[in-house]
Amino acid sequence: MKDPGSGTRSLPWRIVFGLVLACLLAVGGWVFAQDKPAAPATPAPAAAPAPPPKPDPGGTTTGGIADVTAKEAGKPTLAEVADFAGHNRVSINLMWTLITGFLVMFMQAGFALAETGFTRAKNVAHTMMMNFMVYAIGMTGYWIMGFALQMGGASPLATLGGTGVLDGEFAISLFGKDFGLWGTKGFFLAGSTYDVGVFGLFLFQMVFMDTAATIPTGAMAERWKFSSFVIYGFFISMITYPLFANWVWGGGWLSQLGKNFGLGHGYVDFAGSSVVHMVGGVTALAGAMMLGPRIGKFNKDGTPNPIPGHNLPMAALGCFILAFGWFGFNPGSTLAGGDLRIAVIAVNTMLASASGAIFAMFYMWGKYGKPDPSMMINGMLAGLVAITAPCAFVSSFWAFVIGALAGLLVCWSVFFIERTLKVDDPVGAISVHGTCGAWGVVSLGIFADGTYGDGFNGVPSTVKGLLYGDASQLVAQIIGPIVNFVFIFGASWIFFKLYDVIFGMRVSPEVELEGLDVPEMGAHGYPEVHGPATLVHAMGASAVRPPSMSSMAAERSR
Amino acid sequence: MKKIEAIIKPFKLDDVKEALTGAGIIGMTVSEVRGFGRQKGHTEMYRGGEYTVDFLPKMKVEVVVADAMADKVVALITAAAKTGSIGDGKVFVAPLEEALRIRTGERGDNAV
Repeated sequence: MKDPGSGTRSLPWRIVFGLVLACLLAVGGWVFAQDKPAAPATPAPAAAPAPPPKPDPGGTTTGGIADVTAKEAGKPTLAEVADFAGHNRVSINLMWTLITGFLVMFMQAGFALAETGFTRAKNVAHTMMMNFMVYAIGMTGYWIMGFALQMGGASPLATLGGTGVLDGEFAISLFGKDFGLWGTKGFFLAGSTYDVGVFGLFLFQMVFMDTAATIPTGAMAERWKFSSFVIYGFFISMITYPLFANWVWGGGWLSQLGKNFGLGHGYVDFAGSSVVHMVGGVTALAGAMMLGPRIGKFNKDGTPNPIPGHNLPMAALGCFILAFGWFGFNPGSTLAGGDLRIAVIAVNTMLASASGAIFAMFYMWGKYGKPDPSMMINGMLAGLVAITAPCAFVSSFWAFVIGALAGLLVCWSVFFIERTLKVDDPVGAISVHGTCGAWGVVSLGIFADGTYGDGFNGVPSTVKGLLYGDASQLVAQIIGPIVNFVFIFGASWIFFKLYDVIFGMRVSPEVELEGLDVPEMGAHGYPEVHGPATLVHAMGASAVRPPSMSSMAAERSR
Repeated sequence: MKKIEAIIKPFKLDDVKEALTGAGIIGMTVSEVRGFGRQKGHTEMYRGGEYTVDFLPKMKVEVVVADAMADKVVALITAAAKTGSIGDGKVFVAPLEEALRIRTGERGDNAV
């Protein structure tokens, strides 16, 4: 049926459209008219005329000696040229670090969609807002003190201008060696750390921390008190994550295992299989164990029941956004756009994501008769998590293998966590990030091929794994995840236990059965799904009223 | 008057609607319902675990017609909703005491 109003409505629109089009044509015609070579109406003066400015549509002449900042324009001295080159190098690196950091920030959206898609419609507002607020809460905690503990002793930042202001590392001395434990500079980014290099580094490290912080919200979804989550957000961003990250990336003791004890290049985790993902996955394990399974997840005899997520397209879209953000996560971890290894890193990253998804698909297809959508999504993420540590040190073949094994490992791990440990992880976060994170750092110790990493962690020569002649690197790569598990699981378990005893972490069974959205957040994620709008509004003291029939009729007849 | 209630497969709704409107039926009410008959539920898989869906989604079409039309409408619905496989649904016919058009106050056959 045709809307009787459409005929009258379209006329003014046609007029507006016509006017806009006419304006565009007029302006365009005038602009192009200006481009015509100046008509020789006035004869050129005899004195040498300034040549008319020439455009450079081909891009071959733009940028040259005249663009080098010099006292005498167009004639820079060697020192001025060198200055300029150095400034350019740091510019490229800082810009690369920032832009890849922006990509990693977008992974928060990926996590939010993936986790919310894998949970039920009655809890969407709660799950989504945990993913949303962890960004804000984590960032605040990290600015207050997380960054200082992690990177306070990380100077000099070689690729970001060699700035030396992050020069405070607290260390204890054991066996005559220094064990760096945490940094002491950069609280609130104040004082001497008010510096461009430090700020660039802060942004990049902050979004990494937030990636770890948002992982447990998936495993602990659908039963976690929002207030407890808020306190947790400060805990992980201010204490556990920064400490472990300091030991690996901030110059702390794990990174010095090579220098101090001759174990390869020390513990190497290029972009954070363990620092980011395993920290998130292990924290998720402690939290999910403390909370216990969702009501209805396990039968009396201990067998698990599937609780399907409410929106598979949402979860798949989230996975794709994560895979896109990973192009910031891994290549950005060079902190240098001028380090051309970024091409290898990017290709390794995408190959591992492909093999992870493919092998998870074939495993589920073969074993259960169907290519399970949610496990294919987990498989792609598993490949990405695993390649995160070794991405800079392995060939494309081994990258594919690492991802493929991660795709299988994530399936086994999901069933082990659910059927053997009886831990309820609605989204598979413990397996994807914890298990495959550990596999990622170990795989580096096996497959690193010695083409990259000269001088990494202060050890001369390139990084080699077991297959390429350095077994001691593998030893370091095994120590790392063990330390990660013991420290992160222990500290998180104590924190969750204390919180649970004092305040309680889990919502009441009534709230859980009704859905957390209204009791915890005050609003349904999908109001219309839970009944007509009038019914939903009647549940609260809302003053919102549907428009009266008479006003709707008046609207229509206009 | 007769009230005819048909439980049909959701994807057959358009066929049934067209068959009825083609025969001059000018109104009907449709609801999304769930249930099972001899077909029972079916099993689905999620992350390697099977689960049973007992109540399958169906469409319920309700039509009120004059007595003389009832047999024809039942035949039309049956023909349009049939796939021949299990789970095609059922048609129920019941006598109806009264009908009333709210706007005009007409009653009986005039109101349907």
